[in-house]
Amino acid sequence: MKVRVDVMLKTGVLDPQGEAVRHALGSLGFDGVEGVRQGKVIELELADGTTEDTVKEMCEKLLANTVIESYRIHMG
Amino acid sequence: MKAAVIVFPGSNCDRDMAVAFERAGAQVSMVWHKDTALPDDVDIVGVPGGFSFGDYLRCGAIAAKSPISASIKAHAERGGYVLGVCNGFQVLTETGLLPGALMRNANLKFVCKPVDLKVETTQSDFTSDYDAGQVISIPVAHHDGNYTVDDATLATLRDQDRIAFSYVDNPNGSTADIAGVLSENRRVLGMMPHPERAVDAAHGGTDGVAMFRSLVASLETA
Repeated sequence: MKVRVDVMLKTGVLDPQGEAVRHALGSLGFDGVEGVRQGKVIELELADGTTEDTVKEMCEKLLANTVIESYRIHMG
Repeated sequence: MKAAVIVFPGSNCDRDMAVAFERAGAQVSMVWHKDTALPDDVDIVGVPGGFSFGDYLRCGAIAAKSPISASIKAHAERGGYVLGVCNGFQVLTETGLLPGALMRNANLKFVCKPVDLKVETTQSDFTSDYDAGQVISIPVAHHDGNYTVDDATLATLRDQDRIAFSYVDNPNGSTADIAGVLSENRRVLGMMPHPERAVDAAHGGTDGVAMFRSLVASLETA
């Protein structure tokens, strides 16, 4: 089974890379880009029957740094 | 006084840190990250700079889960000393031994130069040989040194006098110009600048010597 985890910086944590992307879009002529937040997508290929709780544990222990990041799990 | 310097795949300041401890009079052993135990009677663990595990996922994240990291944590929880420099600081925040996180530099540039640091507290065995408010020059070399901490934690760090060093001219966007922080028991220090790269005139400066000297002196008499 495939599981996707989205990891994003928490609201309120400044994102220097997202800001740089926002500026670059502006200089390409895209007006009105008011904000860009950059995160990561992690695709996991897991044994069938792996529970969401197990994936949550993976996120808490390794995939996200919950001091600055939040995560969202998409099962299957 | 016995020091152990941890070596991860991708560490590149491990030998510099060993030399800095040795010159200050410590006996140093190098410890591979797959070892599960520290050598007996180690007083201080050095977690060196570099690019452990290629900085994959997040800087220091995978090293923080290496077999040796549980022993480092246990050592710290027993009241042992730990010094984390640069990538070592990132590892210590990832293990939870120090608060906050190190994010990409605000200007997105890798910064590599000597910087002026203000000694914010002399109330630790890392900083007791400096003068309060003294400005020292120590090199930085990092891409992810933007120390980020929430307001409540920052207030705690200030109340408990746990900010060890601050940047005179902030090179990376760190909250409150913080360059190094202490644990609550003041025995774990994490800092982005490299004191081990300032222990010989040939390095261009020797302002890091006082840290290793004071550590060895206080741990020998302990």
